[in-house]
Amino acid sequence: MMKQLLICLALFGFVNAAFAEELMTFRSELNQVRYQSLIKELRCPKCQNQNLADSNSGISVDLRQQVHNMIETGKTDQEIVDYMVARYGTFVLYRPQNTPATFLLWYGPFILLSGGVVLFVVVLTKNRRRSCK
Amino acid sequence: MTRFMFPEIGQFSLILALFFAIALATLPMVGYFRQSLLLLNTARPLTHVMACLVVIAFLLLAWAFITDDFSVLYVSQNSNVDLPLRYKFSAVWGGHEGSLLLWVLILALWCLAVALRLDSLPETIGPLVLSVLGWVASGFLAFLLFTSSPFVRILPDVPTSGGDLNPLLQDIGLILHPPILYMGYVGFSVAFAFAVVALITGNLNAYWARWARPWTAAAWASLTFGITLGSWWAYYELGWGGWWFWDPVENASFMPWLAGTALLHSLVVTEKRGVFKSWTVLLAIFTFSLSLLGTFLVRSGVLTSVHAFAADPTRGVFILALLVVLVGGSLLLYALRAGQVRSSVSFGFSGREAWLLLNNILLSVLTLTVLLGTLYPLLFDALGMGRISVGAPYFNAVFGPIALCLMVFMAIGPFSKWHHTKLATWWKAMLGAALLSMGLAAGIVFWQLFDWLTWFSLSVAFWVVFMTLLDWFNKQFVSGKQRLKQWRTLPNRYYAMVIAHFGMAISLVGVIMVSVNSHEAMVKMSPGSQAEVGGYVFVFDSMELIKGPNYLSDRGHFQVYQQGQLVADLYPEKRFFTTRQQVMTEAALGAGFTRDLYISLGEKLEDGAWGVRIHIKSFVRWIWLGGLFMVLGGMLAAFDKRYRQKRERA
Amino acid sequence: MRRIVLFLPFLVFLVLGVVFYFLLGKDTQYMPSALIGQPVPSFQLVTLEGEQVKQTSDLPKGSYLINFWGTWCPSCHVEHPYLMTLAEQGVTIVGIDYKDQQAAAMQWLRDKGNPYTLVLMDELGQFGLDMGVTGAPETFVINAEGKIAYRLQGVLNAQSWQVIKAYL
Repeated sequence: MMKQLLICLALFGFVNAAFAEELMTFRSELNQVRYQSLIKELRCPKCQNQNLADSNSGISVDLRQQVHNMIETGKTDQEIVDYMVARYGTFVLYRPQNTPATFLLWYGPFILLSGGVVLFVVVLTKNRRRSCK
Repeated sequence: MTRFMFPEIGQFSLILALFFAIALATLPMVGYFRQSLLLLNTARPLTHVMACLVVIAFLLLAWAFITDDFSVLYVSQNSNVDLPLRYKFSAVWGGHEGSLLLWVLILALWCLAVALRLDSLPETIGPLVLSVLGWVASGFLAFLLFTSSPFVRILPDVPTSGGDLNPLLQDIGLILHPPILYMGYVGFSVAFAFAVVALITGNLNAYWARWARPWTAAAWASLTFGITLGSWWAYYELGWGGWWFWDPVENASFMPWLAGTALLHSLVVTEKRGVFKSWTVLLAIFTFSLSLLGTFLVRSGVLTSVHAFAADPTRGVFILALLVVLVGGSLLLYALRAGQVRSSVSFGFSGREAWLLLNNILLSVLTLTVLLGTLYPLLFDALGMGRISVGAPYFNAVFGPIALCLMVFMAIGPFSKWHHTKLATWWKAMLGAALLSMGLAAGIVFWQLFDWLTWFSLSVAFWVVFMTLLDWFNKQFVSGKQRLKQWRTLPNRYYAMVIAHFGMAISLVGVIMVSVNSHEAMVKMSPGSQAEVGGYVFVFDSMELIKGPNYLSDRGHFQVYQQGQLVADLYPEKRFFTTRQQVMTEAALGAGFTRDLYISLGEKLEDGAWGVRIHIKSFVRWIWLGGLFMVLGGMLAAFDKRYRQKRERA
Repeated sequence: MRRIVLFLPFLVFLVLGVVFYFLLGKDTQYMPSALIGQPVPSFQLVTLEGEQVKQTSDLPKGSYLINFWGTWCPSCHVEHPYLMTLAEQGVTIVGIDYKDQQAAAMQWLRDKGNPYTLVLMDELGQFGLDMGVTGAPETFVINAEGKIAYRLQGVLNAQSWQVIKAYL
């Protein structure tokens, strides 16, 4: 993944990505926890497949800063997510939104699971009937 | 200057290998339908020659790397004069072309292994299995030759040095990871071949399951090992201490693993009890298809992933065609032939068959979940609905509960008996184990203040351990006539199961602990300063500049203290690879049984200060330790004595 | 019935195969802007030379390009001559000097020529954030209604111009 980071660096020249900016202070521990979990669920919009927490590309540094600012100015998690989606699209959400278009994604596994349970019961009852004969 | 002919000889042996593979794919097949023993018997020599040719090609490519033959385009792209020798060798599979040759090499070796064990199979079955493998080999050799030959030359302007191997791959983890992973991927082709032969001959009796079992176990063990290595490599090499990212390419290796795990279990039922016959055949096809799908996803350029190879559409079309022929063909064959099978054996709700059926259902649901999550963004994009990401939060939310559910039942399965289990003997044992594990987990959770989910997951891990131990005890010490317990020698395959199930429990403990009990900090440090994370004091001692064979490095020295005692000296590095002009973070690890200390250097700040990322990773080694247990279990199952006998009648 | 069930895996696979076929050759890097069809977000930015504050209403009328660039960005060097060519052809380009130093940027335009009808400073990258920019260079096409019609990530050249032209 470093490779992508470096491609990012080379292409977009954000060499000034500084760690010091990362050393953030928070008004409360809750804010810090919220920050940590948010930057893990948001995807770096430029890197191939990294979240904001793991990426050191310039845009990730900026977006982490933005998340930090928004948390410290009292924005809710939902407001922060909406802010990101409005600018970078649903692509930045590692947790896809629950919309009709993602219905199958979110509920598909559980539909399959219920199907599996039904299948299990059907196979067993059929089998039992046969063994009784 | 004969040396300069070597790449041409390599190319030529691949072309010959293709011809032999095509002959292998056709002659024994024709022999079967014409009932000609002569043609059937060509399978073995054809396999030998094909495998030898592929080995020769592979060695010649390796030779080109070792002797720095930069007139070969692939070598010049992936190697360099200054590259250490071991990496020159592993650079053979550092790019698309070479890794595909490795794929073909491993396939050829699997074919060779089957050819060597041909005596344990009936006269018609063995050659047909080789023939089906010949189809797979033909496809991949053609893919290699027509779209991605590693022997293409750049003449006459031969570069004096190459572009160097991607620094990420210059690591022991990456020397081993691809060959072992491919052993697993490709190994499932043997089970696939057995299943297809069963369909072709219409002989879907329990025997094919018996033959396929050791091969499946061996492939599964390799794949497990490959995934474990990959996870370990990502953890220490990528620099942020994650061990699994739910990246599409990781998922591509995880799906065949899940399906292969289901296959291992369903082969048992089919062999022992002759049930689920057509399902097991489908599962064998499905497992190898997922291996092929992984290859397609990684090499066709349809994915946005860290690990994906740069690819052009021709390759994509070719490999898709290959997928359609192999997977489509076998599924069509399945649809046409599997209808004839009927199971005659019955079993009850409490029989082991039922538990293994449940195992298969849950593993299939898990496989399809990963498939859904991996393909959904692609489908979304293909339908023009925009781009979405499906990542860890999704999989943790959806995959996690179902997997935990599977592990609850995993503990019960071995405890049950074929056909029917007496419920009375069950309840007592199960209740005891359940209470014990929940109590133990509760103790740990209260002590460390974790949440309910942690408590439940830990309970499940302990539950698996206790139930497995209890089952072993029951089977090991049989009540004799004088009510004394007697020793009994249990077969290797039983221990294989015990060890593998233990492995799962160990990995689960690792996964839980690393996610709830880890500490992380990003701090600004200069030499002389210190930081405290999770009860450990990290002292930044000094920074020095070091020159490696093909890189320059800023190396820091950190000392870690716990309660005033020095526990580790750590040397994280920031390497600059001169040829590729790439910067790499080399994290430093203080490995421990219950925790890892993990330091990686971030950016260099003003006044000699550095951004430093410090992790305390709780029980993280257990994840891979459990993986190794599973590998051991798989190997034991593969080499069980029962499968080693020769065929009774010739 | 059982027959149909047996064909099910094959049929599902065929559907997948068709989908895969259409996915081949797709640019997986291409990322449409989330702002397509929306007006340019409101801003208050200082011009590079004049120290004047400009806002959304000061943007050109008719269709034009917004180009994010910076002197720190290697690809912008590559792109610059083509922007000059476009400017000569009469294309209106608004330049956003993204996360850059004023003096360096002014020097750059003196040395290489100024293709922009208006250059605004976005020192902190806030406007870039509002536009969903992920790096530089990035070019947005604003159509005659003042709506964002297209976004190009990376270098604008003769090849990408062919695509962009259609949106102007």
